[in-house]
Amino acid sequence: MRGLDLTIEPGERVLLLGASGAGKSTLLTALAGILDLEHAGDAEGRLTVDGVHPRATRDRVGLVLQDPETQLVMARAGDDVAFGLENRAVPGPQIWHRVDAALDTVGFPYGRDRRTDRLSGGEQQRLALAGAFALSPRLLLLDEPTANLDPVGAGLVREAIAAIQRTTGATTVLVEHRVAEALELVDRVVVLTPGEGVIADGEPAEVFAAHGDALAASGVWVPDRPLPTRKARPAQPDASGGGREDLLVADRVGYTHKGGDRPALTGVSVRLRAGEALAVVGPNGSGKSTLATMLAGLAAPATGTVRATPRLAGSDSPVPPHRWRAHVLAARIGTVFQDPEHQFLTGRVRDELAFGPIRRGEKADAVGRRVDDLLDRLRLTSLAEANPFTLSGGEKRRLSVATALTPGPAVLILDEPTFGQDRRTWVELVDLLAAHRDSGGSIFAATHDEAVVASLADRVLTLGHDRPAPVPGREVAA
Amino acid sequence: MVLDLHAGRGTGRLVRANPVAKVLAAFVLGLGVALSDDPVTPALVLGAVVVALAAGGVTMRVLLMRGWPLLVSAASLGLTTLLFSDTEQPWLTALSVTVRVLAIALPGVVVLVTIDPTDLADSLVQNARVPARFAYASLAALRLLPLMAVEWRTIGLARRARGVDAGRNPVAHLRLFAGTVFTLLVGAVRRGTRLAVAMDARGFDAVGPRTIARPQVVRRSDVALVLGAFAVLVAAVLASSALGTFRPFWA
Amino acid sequence: MTHPHEPDIADRGRPTSNLPGDQVPTAAPTTWRTVDIVVTAVIAVAFGVVFWAWNHLWTATGPAFTAFPPGQAFMYGIWLVPGVLAALVIRKPGAAVFASVLAAAVSALLGATWGVQVVWYGLLQGLAPEMVFLATRYRRFGLPVALIAAAAAGLTAASLDWFYYYRPWTTGWLVTYYAVLTASSVVIAGFGSWALTRSLAGTGALDAFPSGRERRPV
Repeated sequence: MRGLDLTIEPGERVLLLGASGAGKSTLLTALAGILDLEHAGDAEGRLTVDGVHPRATRDRVGLVLQDPETQLVMARAGDDVAFGLENRAVPGPQIWHRVDAALDTVGFPYGRDRRTDRLSGGEQQRLALAGAFALSPRLLLLDEPTANLDPVGAGLVREAIAAIQRTTGATTVLVEHRVAEALELVDRVVVLTPGEGVIADGEPAEVFAAHGDALAASGVWVPDRPLPTRKARPAQPDASGGGREDLLVADRVGYTHKGGDRPALTGVSVRLRAGEALAVVGPNGSGKSTLATMLAGLAAPATGTVRATPRLAGSDSPVPPHRWRAHVLAARIGTVFQDPEHQFLTGRVRDELAFGPIRRGEKADAVGRRVDDLLDRLRLTSLAEANPFTLSGGEKRRLSVATALTPGPAVLILDEPTFGQDRRTWVELVDLLAAHRDSGGSIFAATHDEAVVASLADRVLTLGHDRPAPVPGREVAA
Repeated sequence: MVLDLHAGRGTGRLVRANPVAKVLAAFVLGLGVALSDDPVTPALVLGAVVVALAAGGVTMRVLLMRGWPLLVSAASLGLTTLLFSDTEQPWLTALSVTVRVLAIALPGVVVLVTIDPTDLADSLVQNARVPARFAYASLAALRLLPLMAVEWRTIGLARRARGVDAGRNPVAHLRLFAGTVFTLLVGAVRRGTRLAVAMDARGFDAVGPRTIARPQVVRRSDVALVLGAFAVLVAAVLASSALGTFRPFWA
Repeated sequence: MTHPHEPDIADRGRPTSNLPGDQVPTAAPTTWRTVDIVVTAVIAVAFGVVFWAWNHLWTATGPAFTAFPPGQAFMYGIWLVPGVLAALVIRKPGAAVFASVLAAAVSALLGATWGVQVVWYGLLQGLAPEMVFLATRYRRFGLPVALIAAAAAGLTAASLDWFYYYRPWTTGWLVTYYAVLTASSVVIAGFGSWALTRSLAGTGALDAFPSGRERRPV
């Protein structure tokens, strides 16, 4: 970023928006006084907090980041909140009072001895907030605190933030991509642009009215802007008289994780059909990921069966997918994991895309042409020689979907494909998936994202304990 | 696949003892026994330790649950000694090695079973002058252990989904292993970097002393524990010398 | 499982000095930043997982291989990776010792057979490479130094095994053991750690460290 001029008064609650690369996170770490200037490159201009260099005011600033797992330090919840207090040399006798008060303010549902590795993402984030709150910050900096959370957890975290704001009256600077929900926490919106400074600053309604289109185009989730719909065309009855053909059938599958007290899944049946996108929804712990793993042939169901139809697997049809060799599996069922980096196998984007075809013995020049074509469609041509790990989040996601599709599977299974993405990447991804579906493939997506369901899903399966009444088009797990 | 560091802890006085004292006692016994070369001294120490443990509340059940790999390894070690050594009394030598290994390692296994990592870190900082930054950074990293264990499995599944598995081929297994190690480490280093930022944001790099939320005291019983370990060692050496069996390793 | 979300900007590489990759022009600052300590610790803990998975891998080949020291010697190198790797990545005095001790402690906590005594192994197996890096005044971190450091670690490990367990062995077996173990260490902990560091640097994960500043921009 350059040329940033911004003043924030005490007690203001500000939402920082802008496309990726605009410098939002950089600004927050600078305000927190922990920007490592050694690696930041060049710095110019002046940044002060309370009139002095941010390093001097660090003890009055609370910073909460995106990934709850890498903010917690101790094995027990109370100890973690106490960690910050110990660092700031708060006298021993006062520590535990403040810990309890902080846990109470954020609505932490357990006591001090709760193990931190037994918390959900939302609970962990609330614990991180408690840790920041316990230090009585006058400036609260929040860098996408709900990005990695399901909607329920995100809501509870927002409530905790609101409670902290009420209690401390601290100045708040929030970076959040779920803009619509974040508006209740702020009074003012500031928009940054990559390479320049502030391009908009004021009340949310005004800013969105004046700049909404440009912001949406650059990837910001501007509220009240409709997303494109990508539903399948109505099925033509085919020769067999039915609608779409089954590719993969799960029949009353059940599974219990080792060490789990309850089954993750009981008696779920689902059919994946060609030319159709199925979304499975449900709260955390309802078994969406487990179901995805079993359909993907990566785990064997404890009860019930997962079976591929002859259309998908030919003569292998009687053999359950979890027994197929990996290269056979990849050519029939592609799986896209939550973290794209888990699936990277090579050191170059080009090699990633060529991996599947080369493994199957296709000729080098044919592969080369296919790869070039793919790079072009994915807008990754300039990155062909780059190490996949150095790509941005959105680029990695596109690449991982592409590498899952290059072996040509009919079925594509995805686990939370749109987590934490900006609007532009989201639209591109949905387009990619719709293209696969429209060419006869089948899509199965486990997701929290209602927008994906609304935009792409032709059928919806709901898992979980509070199941809604049956609605046409929405199935409920039996 | 659950890697649980806190499973199977016994109850009783030993759990409540100071962590550093427990570790010191185990070290004293272990090093002391390692210096002897005969079967009698370690056997005496082993016997004394088992009795003391029972008195301290560590049940046989817990010991076996945590200690069976040790038994297996000690037995295998005895067997190896038989095959690879060249002494006048091979069976005696093998037995001696086996008993020695058990005597060295058993206190250490027990200590593990009765120690909580947070308590150990606190005790190291408060009682042993270990720098707080290293102790608590280690604790923070340790917290990520179960996460990384799950991630190991996920990476394996992710590779299978891309068409990579190992089957029967040992070279393929090694390649898959190496690739998984690499991916795990990338994630680990990234997580470590983010964790460091979060810790600094909470004042971890502040100059000046930290205060203490969980005091770890050294009681007389803890001092007695360490002195007791010395005493057991000395008594065993004396008894073994009296029996004429004692032999230090340099003899 | 939550998805670790990186800032959504690509990190294509930063131009660096023109010096050969394994040499630092002036003495690196010797104070440990928080990120140095935490990342060393995380590497050590990650290897706790690796060791556990490694054991799983080899129990599949049968107890003959795993329980028998000669078999173990071939694979020993992996136990020596954390110390050498940490030194190559962090490049600060004490990195090898810290990582090695912590990795040993973690493997003990995970139910390793030998209890806290492995911490002695960790300490000495870390001190050996540490001495090698110290001898270069912490200025050389290329392949030759990595191999020598790993060899030192291997010799130390073999010596510890001799002291604790293998004193009755014949000289012939002992020499074989030393040789195989050290070779394993040189290959896995020496070459392996060096290669791993370079691959890690290529991903951009090491940008906060001197070892990561030698990437070429794309």
